[in-house]
Amino acid sequence: MNFVPITERDQQAMLAAAGVDAFERLLSIPPGIPRAKWNLPKGLSEPELTGLLTGQAARNRTVRTEVSFLGAGATEHWIPSVVRYLFSRGEFLTAYTPYQPEASQGTLQAMYEFQSMICDLTGMAVANASLYEGASALAEAVVLALRATGRNRVAISRTVHPEYRQTLKTYLAGSEAALDLLPHRDGAVDPAAESKITDQTACLVLQLPNAFGCIEEWAALIRKAKAQGALVIVSADPIALSVVRPPAEIGADIVVGEGQALGTPLLYGGPYLGLFACREELLRRLPGRIVGRTRDANGRRGFVLTIQTREQHIRRSRATSNICTNEAMMALNAAVYLAALGKSGFRELGVQNLSKARYAHQTLTALPGVEPLFDRPFFNEFALSLPKDPEQVNAELLKRGFLGGLALKRWDPKLANGWLVCVTEARSKEQIDRFAEALREILR
Amino acid sequence: MKESIPTAEAETQPVEGLLPVEPLLKELSSSGRRAFELPPLDVPAVDPARALPADWVRREPVPLPEVSELDLVRHFLRLAHLNFSVETHFYPLGSCTMKYNPKINEELSALSGFTDLHPYQPEESVQGMLGLLWELEGLFREILGMARVTLQPAAGAHGEFTALLMTRAYHASRGEKRRKVILPDSAHGTNPASAALCGFEVVEIPSNARGRVSLEAVRKAVDGETALLMMTNPNTLGLFEEEVLKISEAVHAAGGLMYLDGANMNALLGLVRPGDMGFDMVHVNIHKTFSIPHGSGGPGGGPVGVGPALAPFLPGPLVEEREGAFRLVSPEQSIGRVRSFFGNVNALIRAYVYIRALGGAGLKRVAEGAILNANYLKAKVSEALEIAVDEPCMHEFIATAAPLKKATGVRALDIAKRLLDYGFYAPTIYFPLIVPEALMIEPSETESRATLDAFAEALSRIVAEARTDPDRVRRAPRNCPVSRLDEVQAAREPDLRW
Amino acid sequence: MADLEKLKYTKTHEWIRVEGNKGVVGITDHAQQEISDVVFVEVPALGKTVGAGEEAAVVESVKSAFSIYAPVAGKVARANEELAKNPGRVNAAPYAEGWIFELEGIDAGNLEGLMDLPQYEQFVQGKEA
Repeated sequence: MNFVPITERDQQAMLAAAGVDAFERLLSIPPGIPRAKWNLPKGLSEPELTGLLTGQAARNRTVRTEVSFLGAGATEHWIPSVVRYLFSRGEFLTAYTPYQPEASQGTLQAMYEFQSMICDLTGMAVANASLYEGASALAEAVVLALRATGRNRVAISRTVHPEYRQTLKTYLAGSEAALDLLPHRDGAVDPAAESKITDQTACLVLQLPNAFGCIEEWAALIRKAKAQGALVIVSADPIALSVVRPPAEIGADIVVGEGQALGTPLLYGGPYLGLFACREELLRRLPGRIVGRTRDANGRRGFVLTIQTREQHIRRSRATSNICTNEAMMALNAAVYLAALGKSGFRELGVQNLSKARYAHQTLTALPGVEPLFDRPFFNEFALSLPKDPEQVNAELLKRGFLGGLALKRWDPKLANGWLVCVTEARSKEQIDRFAEALREILR
Repeated sequence: MKESIPTAEAETQPVEGLLPVEPLLKELSSSGRRAFELPPLDVPAVDPARALPADWVRREPVPLPEVSELDLVRHFLRLAHLNFSVETHFYPLGSCTMKYNPKINEELSALSGFTDLHPYQPEESVQGMLGLLWELEGLFREILGMARVTLQPAAGAHGEFTALLMTRAYHASRGEKRRKVILPDSAHGTNPASAALCGFEVVEIPSNARGRVSLEAVRKAVDGETALLMMTNPNTLGLFEEEVLKISEAVHAAGGLMYLDGANMNALLGLVRPGDMGFDMVHVNIHKTFSIPHGSGGPGGGPVGVGPALAPFLPGPLVEEREGAFRLVSPEQSIGRVRSFFGNVNALIRAYVYIRALGGAGLKRVAEGAILNANYLKAKVSEALEIAVDEPCMHEFIATAAPLKKATGVRALDIAKRLLDYGFYAPTIYFPLIVPEALMIEPSETESRATLDAFAEALSRIVAEARTDPDRVRRAPRNCPVSRLDEVQAAREPDLRW
Repeated sequence: MADLEKLKYTKTHEWIRVEGNKGVVGITDHAQQEISDVVFVEVPALGKTVGAGEEAAVVESVKSAFSIYAPVAGKVARANEELAKNPGRVNAAPYAEGWIFELEGIDAGNLEGLMDLPQYEQFVQGKEA
């Protein structure tokens, strides 16, 4: 395909205007540098591309062709058609970052609305216009805490998603910071772990619900963190916040999370949506872009990117973060999604998730040999213990048209029989019953 | 909300109660309205107050707006109409490569066989997806002249950060702890920001009179503490760094590594490859060179290509072919991961479609078209504004409004705002920092001559206005939904949520 | 109005009003014009020790951040908390209500390298030429 409109005639005229008689004269590439020699396939037309890509797509099983009970940080929810429709609008999709606000009021207002709704969900005063995804958002929160407190130690629960902890470790490699891992007991952070929170601790990092789907008890840990002057960082599932208390009310200083569940499909892991919200006092340390309301020269309300002096294009090496491009379209998805559900719909969503997961939990644990792994409250995800290797079970389930839960040995060899099952509003009773039947057969 | 004082630029007296262009969702909200219905619950309903511990129960529902589907569609469509976008306007934004975003990218990346994949599905169930990603890595290797490519970073800055982490790991593996990163004063802000985030000390060296990285300055700055030199080629003035091989030599001789900020890859496609210029690592921006849309700020993607010495340190997982199947594998000395899951996969699919659509010859034509368009536009613009460095450029060039400011008081900012009135998005302004009143102009290869002529004409008119009626330019824009916004008030008293 | 002639000035456009071993520091009118509307001032922490020429504060406009350097070595005794609510004071009254911080423990001998008003005015004119 070709998108370059320059014709032969254009080329002649343009070269003349540029004052040269041949294109080569425009290049100042010295002879010592070899010219590119590459071996790339020939270009294809739209019909050929369609043939190629549909063939590749067809070689995948999906959560449409199979019935999925996989969660573990990426969840399947019903997405209103309105979300996809607005995502496809070129006025948003092909617009640039809103640095010229007069030409970007659509984007800026949509982001302001997104920020507002994230504040509503988390109870925080301030939310930015997105980071890349949940794990790097958590890392950015920790970096903020290290810089704000001037301390070196990070108290982080082992019940935080392993890929988030790995990402954090990578981000902090080579710095003076050290991670103090808080042990877990029966699927939740061990309250006795508070001894690891000292006056050297920059922040306490927790997850809601945790990586095993459990809702933990934090009162003692948070009290200790506050007493020691450490910041409290909570990584939260935004859908759970429909029925679960906002982390701001239990003492969080920063709330981060993965916003994929808010209107973005699974997409094999990305692009997703990093959420970042914090208390007002931390505003000047906030990473990423933020939109503010103001007025124009005629007094008309408008929106602008604000307090940009924190950002890389102004502060360079002293910026709060290096982030430039973010996940604006996914934030748009989230804004549309939350508005489409609205106050009552979002609550109903939470109740459906809670109810379906409980029904599934009851049904599955009624099968011989299947036990809950932990005895904890949960939202839409829970861990079970299977009498057979969960990876074998999943292979059998796939033959029957199901994507089974995550085999927890992938995260922790000590949980060799653990199986993390996610049940959202997208699973019907009938699907859950068939899943249980299939499992019964496999375990026989 | 506190009333703010409009700036001195106000054309008329501020009208109290001037209606906003579009209400906020909250203002459209009406109790009881709802857009999206869920299927009825088919299992026994569970009361959150029973299922959750007492101190975890949310007391009040989240106060989200309540609107109908029509309200929602109208609201966001009306917001959409307030935006400029590539689909409707020319964006001569230097350093951004605002080329046309092909629709076939959108159509094919939206196939259910790609969008409905869970990242933790068993590998055997996603062989089509893994095969595509493996192929994409191969295409980037070939385009960049690199040994391996990670597709994990979510943006260019994320790619820079990843490369810096690999740099540290590389030196550590050789028992060295080098603290410094050298970069030119013309570098994009993310370069020093990424280096600082990674804990390196930034050493900034001056550009020479021809706007290039000074080889002499490099030789002076480079020593046993140099971990990495980061540069952009062509640089942020749109000029090819002719001494790149010698710079590379100097850095390598001192034991350091060379990094290419590939934001300007659009000028190099099919002409020269980063791997052939002495670079050990390079990132590209798929939302620039590789045609995926900018999305009002994102998502993007910043794949990083590396030479063989750096390959063991790449973040994992990578896709590899083992015994006829595609597998996810982490390199032996991997730095770990810089994010959850594989990467911005659905964005990467768009880049894959683009590369397969253009093929080798098509990609080369991109660079040729970009360079031709830029030089043509430079010739036309030079009739209105002074060009910062008077020689052939690559895909972008810098004009300066400094003389105009001196003569009329009209600045680059004012020109930018007045261009909006003429129906053009503004060029990048005040970057790079080394040129005063800079306008960085990059037409990209997908624009026609007629568009370029119209843009140059608009600039000429604005310069003429500056000389005869400067206030007209300084009060711009006047044809946009809002006029100049009070950014001072927005920063002094932040109002960041409804 | 502050008596400008009693102040000492730096090449980086700070002024200092010395009384005994204390000195109040701010930025000059020339500086506030260059910076234009101040939106935020990052004042130094009380008790912080700064060397001469070391960055002590940051003044931000919408588009830029400017380092404010200590004219002489000393310890931060006071910082202008009013600027948190009214950063615009730096523009409106750079020599009076727009003061930024006060140092104590100053050695009067260290003031020798600083300019007086005529020297500073000449310095500014030289720059603008």
